[in-house]
Amino acid sequence: MAKRKLVELAHARSGDKGDLVNIGLIAKKPEDYPILVREVTAERVKQHFEGVCKGAVERFELPNLGALNFLLHEALDGGGTVALKADPQGKTYSTALLRMEIDA
Amino acid sequence: MIRIANGQGFWGDSLQAPVEQIRRGPIDYLTLDYLAEVTMSILQKQRARDPKAGYARDFVELIARVLPDLKDRRIRVIANAGGINPMGCRDAVLEAAARQNIKVKVATVTGDDITDRLDQFLKRGIELKNMDTGEPLSAIQAQVERANVYFGAFPVAEALSQGAEIVITGRVADAALTLAPMIHEFGWKETDWDKLSAGVIAGHAIECGAQVTGGNCQVDWETIPDLADIGYPIVEAEPDGTFCVTKHAGTGGRVTVASVKEQLLYEIGDPTQYITPDCVADFTTVHLDQAGPDRVRFTGIRGRPATNYYKVSASFTAGYKAMGSLVYSWPDAYRKARAADQILRRRLGLLGLRFDAIRTEFLGANACHSIPAGEPSHEIEPHLPEVVLRVGVRSENRAAVERFTREIAPLVLNGPPGVSGLGLGRPRVDEIVAFWPALIPKTEVRPEVAIWPSES
Repeated sequence: MAKRKLVELAHARSGDKGDLVNIGLIAKKPEDYPILVREVTAERVKQHFEGVCKGAVERFELPNLGALNFLLHEALDGGGTVALKADPQGKTYSTALLRMEIDA
Repeated sequence: MIRIANGQGFWGDSLQAPVEQIRRGPIDYLTLDYLAEVTMSILQKQRARDPKAGYARDFVELIARVLPDLKDRRIRVIANAGGINPMGCRDAVLEAAARQNIKVKVATVTGDDITDRLDQFLKRGIELKNMDTGEPLSAIQAQVERANVYFGAFPVAEALSQGAEIVITGRVADAALTLAPMIHEFGWKETDWDKLSAGVIAGHAIECGAQVTGGNCQVDWETIPDLADIGYPIVEAEPDGTFCVTKHAGTGGRVTVASVKEQLLYEIGDPTQYITPDCVADFTTVHLDQAGPDRVRFTGIRGRPATNYYKVSASFTAGYKAMGSLVYSWPDAYRKARAADQILRRRLGLLGLRFDAIRTEFLGANACHSIPAGEPSHEIEPHLPEVVLRVGVRSENRAAVERFTREIAPLVLNGPPGVSGLGLGRPRVDEIVAFWPALIPKTEVRPEVAIWPSES
């Protein structure tokens, strides 16, 4: 097994709901979905966004789409209109997740 | 089969998209989603200045432009353009039609604005607790600007069955705009949970406009054809709850299983429980297949009964904010930006200004991906051609935020060198409007459907 960046295996889209960000992570090839399930755990995502996501990370599986959905709580500096961030709606959290290195 | 198009994913989306949806191929219904939470607050501010305002004016201009086409092609329009003043929007649309001597039946769906009833609810023990924090609304009641309920698709379907050619709503769930024509055309019942869920997922797929047809799409983004002429999405719906997402032939963009998956996962929570006013849809039951070029078929969708609650969104004022930016150039762009930030913070401290939050970002170095990206490496950092320093502050105290805005420009002359003010001038102070999500029993509110001009 070699280290690979998630961006090679998956694509993603993120959005906001209040102070929460959701990131949909989708396997480019269906056969890589089990690798995402194994490697991209809620704990690893929490660690990846340490200092950004101040609350819990939840993970949901969508095997029908070969996709995972992550909810990052307290991740937007207060949320859309309150946040002082350049990306107050967490639109670029999707690509931030794709930086993660996994064993694949 | 009926064709339901989306021509607007948010207020501020392409003005041309709805026109193209009408003129470049067959559709039966045109849906337009203008409302985000932040839009409701902007509309609130506009109405405070002018009692006739408070709706999406773009919509009225659009109708004035395309009304003859809508009539010729027998296309019906469903839009949440009413915002916080659906009757004002109706008047403007009827006026625009009258100017062209065209008769049109307009319906309004209202009853969603509960701002004036909040006192009464709280007195009766309906606490409107914040869904995220559990706090009762009474904690911020003095700051509340407005509150709206999200209605479902049935009142919109009722408006269609009364013959409306244009339906103007206040707050309804975004997906309801797409589900409503299916209910109306196919006679779906309030307990057809699987079919209603299919309609909701169809609505979710197209409610963000071109975000499902190749816009903001990461898969092979560089090979997506002709984004300049991107086609907006169309649902081809069948009475059994199956449907295809596609776009007009000859337009740019791309509809594939991959582009559709990205949009399906956009802004959802637990995928097995996508709660809407009309049903609880289960995204883990969706089966997708590529039914042809730029055509994805959805089958297998299941859902469960609706809950006994509507979602409420209240907005409340929460202090002030301002953001200032300066750009620092090579050499040492990043180090200069960092130094300027330290100088600025020291000056704010010496002025005795207190803020609830102060945040610094370095655009071009690591602003978007912040901690996951880390600091720029020692190899890269000295070569960065420029870095934008962006500092934001937030406070209850407007004067403090105002004072902050005067401390950015001086840095051009009295701080680190090689800097430009980006031609932006002094930063603007914005009042912050924050949102309060809550639930209310469905029995407490009732949607009202009316047709205009009224027949009496």
